[in-house]
Amino acid sequence: MTNVLVCIKRVPDSSGEVLLTDDQQGVDGRYVGFTVSNHESCAVELAVQTAEATGGTVTLLTVGPSEATEQLRDTLALGCHAAVLVEAEPTRLGPADVAREIAHVVREKEAAGTTYDLILLGNDAADSGDFQVGIRLAHALGRPVVNGVSTVEVADGHLTARGDGPDGEETYSPPLPAVATVLEGGVEPRYPTLRGRMAAKKVEIETRPLSAEPAGASRVRLLLPPPMPSMVEVLGEGPEAAGAVADLFGKLGVTR
Amino acid sequence: MILVLVETENGAASEISLETLAFARALSAEGGGIAIRAVVVGEVDNRDALAAELGTHGAAEVHHAVGEAFTSYAGAAWAAALQAIRESTRSVVVTAAGSPRGNEVLAHLAARLDVPMAANATAFQGLAPFVVTRQVVGGAAMEEMTLGQRPAIFTVAGHSWAVSPVEGASPAAWVEVTPEVAESDLVARVVSTGTKEVDHSGSLKSAKVVVGAGRGAGGADGFDAVAELAELLGGAVGVSRVVTSLGWRPHHEQVGQTGSRISPDLYVPCGISGAIQHWAGCASSKTILAINTDPEAPMMTKANYSVVGDMHEVLPAIIEELRSRGVSG
Repeated sequence: MTNVLVCIKRVPDSSGEVLLTDDQQGVDGRYVGFTVSNHESCAVELAVQTAEATGGTVTLLTVGPSEATEQLRDTLALGCHAAVLVEAEPTRLGPADVAREIAHVVREKEAAGTTYDLILLGNDAADSGDFQVGIRLAHALGRPVVNGVSTVEVADGHLTARGDGPDGEETYSPPLPAVATVLEGGVEPRYPTLRGRMAAKKVEIETRPLSAEPAGASRVRLLLPPPMPSMVEVLGEGPEAAGAVADLFGKLGVTR
Repeated sequence: MILVLVETENGAASEISLETLAFARALSAEGGGIAIRAVVVGEVDNRDALAAELGTHGAAEVHHAVGEAFTSYAGAAWAAALQAIRESTRSVVVTAAGSPRGNEVLAHLAARLDVPMAANATAFQGLAPFVVTRQVVGGAAMEEMTLGQRPAIFTVAGHSWAVSPVEGASPAAWVEVTPEVAESDLVARVVSTGTKEVDHSGSLKSAKVVVGAGRGAGGADGFDAVAELAELLGGAVGVSRVVTSLGWRPHHEQVGQTGSRISPDLYVPCGISGAIQHWAGCASSKTILAINTDPEAPMMTKANYSVVGDMHEVLPAIIEELRSRGVSG
C-alpha cells in the first residue's frame, strides 16, 4: 500500500496572454483563468495510478490562496482522497518557503501516523519557474529525490523512476520514502468522471496557516518583454506563395 | 572566484555551458576581473582538448571531480562535488547552464547551503546589490531577483548569451579532485541508461530545420505533408501541445514550455496559433516562416515571414515547387 502526496500549484493558464499585477509582483490571471501546471497534471495521474495499483491513497497539497480550493476540488475529482491547503498569498513566498511549508505538513502528518512513501511534484511551476521546490523539500526531509522523470513505479520498498537524460532514457531506483519531480510526457492525465466530481465535493479540505514567516522570493519586480512591432514579411496567400517560399528556402540555404 | 559547472557532450563542452561561460566572463569583467574556474564531473574523454576549449572560453582552471561516485549521474553527488570545490576555491558565485542537469545540481547546492537560487538568468544588473533578470512563465515574462547571499547561485538560460571564444588564450590548468560523497547522496543515482535511439527528442532539439504543426493539421492523418517537407529539408517534425494532448502525435515531438526547446535555423509552424506554451519552446529559432489561415494569430505576427492560407493547400504546393527545382532531400 503506497500513500502518495502530490503537490500542485494554482497558476494562470498559459494558453492566454500574460498580464502582470499592478504592483509587478505577480502574474494577473483574472482574465485568462487558472489551472495547474501540465507537469503536475501528469504527477497527479502517476499518483492515482500508483495508489490504485497498491491500494493506497492520494493526498493533494497546495500552498496558495483560498481560491486554490478550486484546483484542489478539480484534482480531487480525478481519484484523490484528501486535500490540504496551506493558505498564503503566493507573492510573499519564495521556493524555499514553499518547500519548508510542505515539509512541515509532511512531518506533522507523519507524527500523527499518516506516512507518505512517495511525494510527487512538478519539475517546475508554469509561472515562477524556480526549478527547485522538490529538491529543497527532499533535502528538508532527508529523502532521496529524482528529478524530471516521466514515469514512476513502486515495488519492494523502492521507487523505479524513468526520464530522458542527455544520453538516453535514465532509470533511477532509490529506496522509499522518496521524492520525485515529474515532467509531462510519460502518462496521459485522465478526465474527471461524474462520480469523481460528486466524491470530490464531499471531501473536506484541510486548511492550515503558514508555519513560519516567509523569507520571500527576493523579487524586485516582474517585467514583460517590450511589445515587438510585427516585422513579418507576408510572402503571399495560399498555394500561389509556394514560389516565394522556395526562394526563401534557397536564400536561407536550407535546400542544399 | 566564479565557479561554472560545465556539462560535456561527446567530450566537448555543451553549447549552453559555453554560453554560461560567456555570461560568467561578462560578470567577471564587471567585477574587475574575477577569476573563473570551470568544474567538470565524471568521465572525460580528452582532457587536453577540453582544457584548451575551456581556456578559450575564459576558464583559468578546470576542477575535475573524479571517483566512483561519479561513474553514473546523481544530482546530489554532483552538488557535493561542487560544494567541496566551491569551499576550496572560496567562490562567491556558482553558476551552470539552465539545462535539466544544471538546474537540478544547482538546486541541490542551494538547498545544501540554504541560500537562494535563480533559475534561467538572462542578464545581471550590477553587482551591489547583485540582481539578475531571469525567465519566468516560460520566457513570456522576466523577473528581476536579488541574490543577496554568498555564494550567489544561478543558472543561465539557453540562447541568452552568445558564445565568445578568445583567440590565443592558454589552455585551462587541470586540477583533479576527489571530493568525498556521502552514501545518502548516491541513493538516487542513474542505475541504467537506455540507448540514444530511445531519446527521440534529441534529433528535434538539434535539427537545423523544424516543420511544425498544430491544431490546423485537423487530425492524426493531417501530418503527411508536414513530415514530407521536413524530410525534403533534412529536418524534424515538431508539434504543439494540443496535438499531443489529442493523441495525434507522440509527446517527444512536442515543442513548448513542457516539451522540447528548439533553436533551428528555420522553423515552419503550420496551423499553430502561437500561444505562450508553444512560443516558449520555439522563440530561439533564427528564422520563422508561419503558415496559417488566420493572419492575426500570434505566431503570424511574431514570425519573420508568413503565408496566409490552409496548410493542407500550401504545404503540397511548396513540396511540388521544391521538387520541380530539383530538391530531393
